[in-house]
Amino acid sequence: MIADTIIFIFLIIGLLFNALGVLGLLRFPDVYTRLHASTKATTFGSIFLCLGVVVFAISQYLGTSDSQYLMVITHTIIAVFALAITNAAGSHAIARAAHRSGQKPDPVVVDKLTEAGL
Amino acid sequence: MIPFIVTAFVAFLFYLVLVVGSGSVLFWSWEEIIAGVIIGLVTGVIARKIFCRSENYRMLHPVRLISILIYICGPFLVELTKANLDVAYRVITGNVRPGIIRLHSGMKSDLALTMLAHSITLTPGTLSVDVDGKNHDLFIHVIHLDEGVEKKEAFEAGEIFSYMNIPAWIRRIAE
Repeated sequence: MIADTIIFIFLIIGLLFNALGVLGLLRFPDVYTRLHASTKATTFGSIFLCLGVVVFAISQYLGTSDSQYLMVITHTIIAVFALAITNAAGSHAIARAAHRSGQKPDPVVVDKLTEAGL
Repeated sequence: MIPFIVTAFVAFLFYLVLVVGSGSVLFWSWEEIIAGVIIGLVTGVIARKIFCRSENYRMLHPVRLISILIYICGPFLVELTKANLDVAYRVITGNVRPGIIRLHSGMKSDLALTMLAHSITLTPGTLSVDVDGKNHDLFIHVIHLDEGVEKKEAFEAGEIFSYMNIPAWIRRIAE
């Protein structure tokens, strides 16, 4: 029962942050600020969704002591790490490619990368 | 020989983590352990030159491996939470003042620079865009710069994090 409450709280937080990521993708002005919304908010939201899965598996494991649920826990944790690493690397690659192809940040107060001319 | 042993052992451990809960020997069955040994040996033969490319085994030190876990669960999680609340606030209000700044990373090895760039991308309102290969400077896109800060020529690595000293942790882990 208490596990159900914790799972609901985790799912609500995760969905909230994922929804904010989508909203930021629509609201922000240029590609870099949109990447902020789509990487950070979705990583954090997905971590909470995965935490919900982990709590569910732990509660099932304690209730039934079926060792298959251990596999659910480890696979979910590996998925979280893969998600965090690939999200960071992918957003970095998109930002670098955008800057190299001439897509300058549009509302900007300082741009040291264009000044450096790399 | 050492690259082969390291790669085979890591592949074996990873396979065991993937099939945990399959039987009665601790958490594994004998079939899965034997399959893991075979897969580890094959992976060691195939991937030893890719996995141990730098011929430098300092990351095998157990203190470094444990401090990676402590770093992810402690300081990094604090900064990640703060960054997400900040970005959520900016999504709702639309109050942004973006800019690309230069950051003196101060890291010597490539692994430490990669970890710092990933940490920066996932934490406070910052996104690493490019790297200056000569002196290991990073170019960071910041979603909100305070008034007057953009005059500065370059930032130090500790300045963009608010609560924790992330660069010192990364230096302890990877250098």
